[in-house]
Formats: sequence, structure tokens, C-alpha cells
Amino acid sequence: MNWILSAEKIHSGDRHRVGGKGYALSLLAKSGFKIPRTVCITSDTYQEYVLKTGLRERILLELHRKDFKEMRWEEIWDCATRIRNMFLTKPLPDDLAQEISNGIGDRFRGRTVAVRSSAPEEDDAQSSFAGLHESFINVAGVESMLKHIRLVWASLWSDAALLYRQEIGLDVVKSSMAVVIQETVAGDRSGVVFTRNPNDENQGIIESVYGLNQGLVDGTVEPDRWIMDRSRNTIVSHTPPERKHWIIPSQNGVCLAELPGEKSAHPPLTPQEVNFVFKTARKTEEFFKMPQDVEWTYDGDSLVLLQSRPITTLRSDKPGDERGWYLSLHRSFDNLKKLRRKIEEELIPAMISVAESLSAKDLIKLSDQALATEIRTRWEINHKWVNIYWADFIPYAHGVRLFGQVYNDAVQPDDPYEFIDLLTNTGMASIGRNNMLMDLAAIIRSDQQLAEKLKQGDDSDLDANFLSMIYDFIEKFGDLSCAVTGGKNCVLGTGPLYRLLLEMADHPAQTGGRGKKDRINRLHQNYFNHFDNDQKGWAEELLELARSSYQLRDDDNIYLGRIEAQLLAAVQEAKRRLEDQTGDQALEVLRQALEDVDFGTESRKSVPAAKAPGYKLQARQLIGQPAGPGISIGKARVIRRHSDLAEFKHGEVLVCDAVDPNITFVIPLATAVVERRGGMLIHGAIIAREYGLPCITGIPDATTLIQTGDEITVDGYLGIVTVGDTA
Amino acid sequence: METNKQFRKRLGELFRSQNLAALSTHHAGQPYASLVAFYAGDDLKHIYFVTPKTTRKYANLTADNRVAVMVNSSTNQTSDFHQAISVTAVGRAKEVAGADRELILGQYLAKHPHLEDFVRSPTCALIRVVVDSYYMVRNFQNVMELHLEP
Repeated sequence: MNWILSAEKIHSGDRHRVGGKGYALSLLAKSGFKIPRTVCITSDTYQEYVLKTGLRERILLELHRKDFKEMRWEEIWDCATRIRNMFLTKPLPDDLAQEISNGIGDRFRGRTVAVRSSAPEEDDAQSSFAGLHESFINVAGVESMLKHIRLVWASLWSDAALLYRQEIGLDVVKSSMAVVIQETVAGDRSGVVFTRNPNDENQGIIESVYGLNQGLVDGTVEPDRWIMDRSRNTIVSHTPPERKHWIIPSQNGVCLAELPGEKSAHPPLTPQEVNFVFKTARKTEEFFKMPQDVEWTYDGDSLVLLQSRPITTLRSDKPGDERGWYLSLHRSFDNLKKLRRKIEEELIPAMISVAESLSAKDLIKLSDQALATEIRTRWEINHKWVNIYWADFIPYAHGVRLFGQVYNDAVQPDDPYEFIDLLTNTGMASIGRNNMLMDLAAIIRSDQQLAEKLKQGDDSDLDANFLSMIYDFIEKFGDLSCAVTGGKNCVLGTGPLYRLLLEMADHPAQTGGRGKKDRINRLHQNYFNHFDNDQKGWAEELLELARSSYQLRDDDNIYLGRIEAQLLAAVQEAKRRLEDQTGDQALEVLRQALEDVDFGTESRKSVPAAKAPGYKLQARQLIGQPAGPGISIGKARVIRRHSDLAEFKHGEVLVCDAVDPNITFVIPLATAVVERRGGMLIHGAIIAREYGLPCITGIPDATTLIQTGDEITVDGYLGIVTVGDTA
Repeated sequence: METNKQFRKRLGELFRSQNLAALSTHHAGQPYASLVAFYAGDDLKHIYFVTPKTTRKYANLTADNRVAVMVNSSTNQTSDFHQAISVTAVGRAKEVAGADRELILGQYLAKHPHLEDFVRSPTCALIRVVVDSYYMVRNFQNVMELHLEP
């Protein structure tokens, strides 16, 4: 079998074996366009690799853990991460590695290359696969090339590809991936041409940056942009950016650097060059008989085409299709750094200050009319912050993912989630809150009299010091009554808080996240050892960003919860007046206000019965994602409504739809966590890991198939919940 | 979530698609497994098979009628790990005699017509397993139970 074909040796019969990109490049080369030295690793090589290494079936097993329809975005990312790690940790079989090493070693000795995806399905699909699969540039050395070939193969199963699996006909058995290897052309000016503007068929678009193209493609470097008139090949308009950075080759890849001053003053292309680039790209359009998206670079004065592909798009404008939004979460390091500054310096202080200023208002003194207005205002404020949460806080969570990928690429650990251990112990708000609870519980434990008083619900005449700590807690986190009685129906009062503290007093728990320092130090050191000296600073900065992103994944909900609590306080005041009829004669305005902000009665989904006459269906083993290692047995406490939390007892397994950071105060009492919502980086998984609890996420119908009181075994290594006695 | 009805439909489809089942019996605490050609009624309450009375399995189930029957859709390919379904039925075995015997043998032979001579032999017994519970394994490790109420 021929695993490698050089561009000039590719024939029409090889089209499927070398993929769309590889085939287009071979045609360009044969037609006189200048392209870099190029070879293709054929799709047969991919098939041989997955077959011989057993990866084909491992991918199948991974993809069949759960019905795709039931997977959330985060679970798809997790799935892609695990598959990627399989490719990372499974080297090519020796004979295959030897043959490819010989082939690429001969051609690219002493040179760096770009390793690009070239999916065969691109040939017959109507869509360009732009952005679904990975490419890497400036790869040096045969070993590294072999590794990057595997990474390109892995990207056949990227989260983006899995999202669009139907459109691109992704199939475990049939799908394969060819790889294009091109000699690096370290152009000092690069860019992209769309020979036809998707928004105006009479125009084309050229974008150009100094340095390599990567900064343009991933959005870290803003390009100069020219709109071209297609019929006259003339410039319609030019939009210069603030030219600050460029991407240049570095020892083991590329790096973002400040653009030298003399360059920043001028566009990367002269008007004559703009015309020449556009004219050349138009020739590829004539050649391929359809509008093209052409990547190019200038090697000195010589224009080199890096790739050419048809312009089409997979993005769907269908209502409810959130895939485009999900893909926009992939942010570059620079973009995330900006986002971090915005979140830490502007958004969080603003959230704290909003919550504080709202809490300073004495609702009791407001007239009914003023209270109605206050409810609407608070609803608007809360709504605004929920939107900010989606627009800024959720994308910032990508910092963890970016770090995870860099860590896995560098360290190649067996466990693709090992990196999370480096992110824990970051002083999350919810851990701080739980530590305060445990301190209060310790006081009760040492004071029998106090415990008795609280048990009898008598909170008069309590020790002043204890009370001041309680008030301090309530001021920071609320009295937990809304958390245990339900957002819309909560009744304020310290009863739930005291009950929780008494349970904690009876059962001292370990403080979250203590005692893992040695392992973390080892991992930390090992991570840095994988970077050259000139990259260590960047590696440290990325880790720091990931820690902040990880911590915020939990904290943002706490801050958002404080604002929501202020809305709820106003709602409660209105409900109290309506119930007691104690307000002035304008009660109707309150009723209307509550209705306007949808705080009527709380509706709950009924639990579907799994029974038919004569047959009783029940779960024995449920498969989810192993999100926290360890094994625990305990009675299930299924949280179907907030009030179920009030009953939570020490040693129970928390089984819920989605662990909300506002309810994680029961975690110190829990022996394990099981969650319907899937993902390795969701709140339940994060907090469980902080407390070293076994955790399984992504079990569909966990809260209906498991009943409160069921004895369950949580195997956090395999992601299996066993319902019933295992003895 | 798979409903009770969907679960039973899947079970019925598996039973129709498979000819053979693994039968577990035991003697004095020593388990014993054997392959049998089976037939299951539409209501899934009973599983039938035929065995010569001279066999170890017949001796075992006569001494202790507690048995397990396993049916699965594996094809000896690696894809079995994610595709195959395996069902274990647990229940009690008893020989079928009287008027029922002919009626059930007719249904049994409709599924296994090539066993006509075998089942008609006077040395063979038609065995009915009254199923208490089914345990279905899918997606490698997902297990659901169906308990039949008497």
C-alpha cells in the first residue's frame, strides 16, 4: 500500500485517498500555480492505523456511550477530548511509522512543515469543511510530524465535526482523513481571499496580515481588509486595522509578537499586490469552476498559494440551531486574556456592587406601587446579568478547555482530565461558603446547649458571637431558605440553615481540596518540564488563566445568585403583602408585577411512571461520564425540587438534574454526586473533585430512574451507577 | 428514557432474531451452562426449550428448578462491544405436559422447523421457564431490569 503521495504524483483516481485539499493542491501545482513542496499521507494510512491499534472500536465505544441526541455541547467536547487523547497516546505501529518517517524524512529533512487536514468527504459534500478539522504549522522534526499527523486524524472527531456529523456524513467505519504536509513558507505577509463575497456576488474580499496566516485564521491578529470589484478587479474599499501584532515562527511552532513599528504604519500589501493576489485567486476560481477561499503568503516577492477550497458554509440559520454559538466559544489565548480583564476588572465588581446596592434598599418601607416598580427593575437587572453571563462568562470557560488541550498535547497523559487537578484549590466562592458553614457547625458541635436550642427551633438568646457569624454568613450568601424551598416559592427564615448546620455538626466533613498538594506540585513540575525555556512563561500564563477560568466557572453563578436573591427578596415582600393583605389599597399592582415577571406558581414536571400492569421496569446499571474518581455506596437523595435539599443527610448520594452552585452547600455531607447533566467541567463535577468525591455526570433520567432511599453504588472510575445491593 | 413498552418491544425483537440461548443450571452448587434452541411467547412471561431427558441440564433443573437463560445479539465482531444486546432471564423451569404441550410445540416448531424429529422424540422434554425478571445490557454497561409480576 502506498501511504505517501507527492503532489505531482497524485492522479484523478487518487482523489478520495488524498482528500479535497490534497487533490486541489495537486491540480494547482500541475497547472502552474506556485505551491510549497507538498506530500499527502493518504486516507488508507488512517484506516490502517485505527484498525491495527484497535482505535476504531474504541472510538465506536466512546461514541455509543450515550445517544447523541441526549448530549449537551460540553459532553460533545468531552467526547472529542477523550478521542483526541486516544490518538495522542497511541503511536503508529512500528512498520507504518518507519515507512512514513522514511518518506517525510527524505523530503523535509532540516525543514519545518505545515500538517493540514484533508477530508475525503469534502469531495462529494456541498460544504467546505473549513474550521471543523485541525491544521498545524511550523512543525519540526520527524517525530513531531508523526505526532501532528495523529492529531490531524483525531480532528476527524473534533467537537465541531461531531456537531456537524450529519451534514458531513461522519461515520466511524467509512470516514477517514488524509493529511497534507507542506514545507513551511515563512512569508512575511499572508492572507486569505474570498473570490466572491458571500454577501455580495459582485465583490470579492482580501484579508491580509503581517507574518503567518494563523493569527488571521484564529482571530488573534486583526487584518487589513479590501473589498474588490470582481468584474473590474479594482479596489472598492480598504479598511485598515490597528496593526499591533503578528504571528511569527518560534522554536516549536509559532508565537504572537509585537509588530515592529515600521510595519505597523503600512498595510501589508501595496495596491498593485492587492490586485495581483486577487487576480491569481480569480484564476483558481476559473480553474475549479466555483468561488474559492484561497490562503496565500508572500515569500519575498513571490506569491505562494497554501490552499484553495470552495466557499460554502455549514453554518445554519435555522431557528434553535445553536451550533454556531457553541463554535464561537472557541477563543484564542489573547481573546481570553482580554475577556479575563473585562470579567475580573469590570463585570464581577459591577455584579457585587449591584447586589450590594439593591440589598441596601429597605423593601418594607416601599409603597405597593414603588415595590411593583422595584420588582420590574430588579427583574430587568437580573435579566441583563443573565445575558452577560451567556455572552462573556460562558465563553471564558473555554480557558479551561484551551489549557486542557495544551496540557494533553504536551504531557500526553493516560487520563485526559489529569489537567483538572492543576486547576483545583483555587479558593472558589462556594468552597469559601462551605468552609464558613463547617466553622459554624464546629461551634455547634462543641456547645451542647447551643445544639439543643437550635434543635428545638429556639433561636432567641443565642451567643452573640455565634449570631454575628450567622449574620455575616447570611449577608454574604443568604439564609439558604430560597435554595431549599425553591426560587419562586421561597419562604425566608433561618430554619433550613440551622437544620443543615446541625447535620454538619453531627458529621464533621473534610474541608474541600485539602491534602492534594504533593500530587499537584508533581503535575505542575511535569507540565513545565515539557516546555522549552522560551515557552515556560507562556505555559505559566496559560495555567494561570485556566485557573481563573475554572474558578469563575463556579463563582459566576454565586455572584449571579446574589443578584437573583435581591429580585427574590422583592418578590417575597410582594407575596407577603398579598397574603397578609397588609399593604395599601394598591395590591393589584403587586399581583400584576408578579405576573409580568413570571413569578406565579411554580410548576414542576411530573415524573413519568416506568410501570405497566404486570411489568415493572427499573434500572440496575446506568452509564454516565466518570467525572470524579473513587467509589462510594450510599442511599440516594434525589433532588427533584429545591425542598428535597432540606432533607439531605450525611452519607447520602446527591442525585440531581443539575448541580447549581447555589445548592452545593450540601456537598460536604454527601458521599458521592450523580448528575443528569453531562460534562467534566460542570459545577457538580468541579465541586465533587474539590471534595474528592466520586462523581458521575451525564446520566439521562438519573432523577427518574433512581429513587430517594435507593441504595446506590457510584463508581467514579468507570462512570457506572449501580442501583440496589451489590453484595 | 426507554419506556416499559419500548423495553418489551426491544426484548421481543431480540428473541425473534435469535435462535439460541445459553441456559444456566446447577448441581450441588456447581454451575453448568449449555446452549439451547429457544422460543419465547409474545407476553415474554415464558421461555421454552426442548432437551433430551438424559442430559445433565435436565437432571440439574429437575433437582433445582432455578435457572437463568441468556440471549444475546453478538456476532463475534469487535463491534459487538457497542452494538450487541444481551438479556438474562431468571426464573423457574418446569416440564410442560398435557394439552399445553402440543400447542406450544406447534409454536416452537414454527420457529425451529428443522427440529421436528428431535422434539417429537419420546425421550425429549419440553421445558417452560417462568420468568421472574429480565436483565438487559446495552451500550457495553447499561443495565435495565424488568420484573414480571405474577
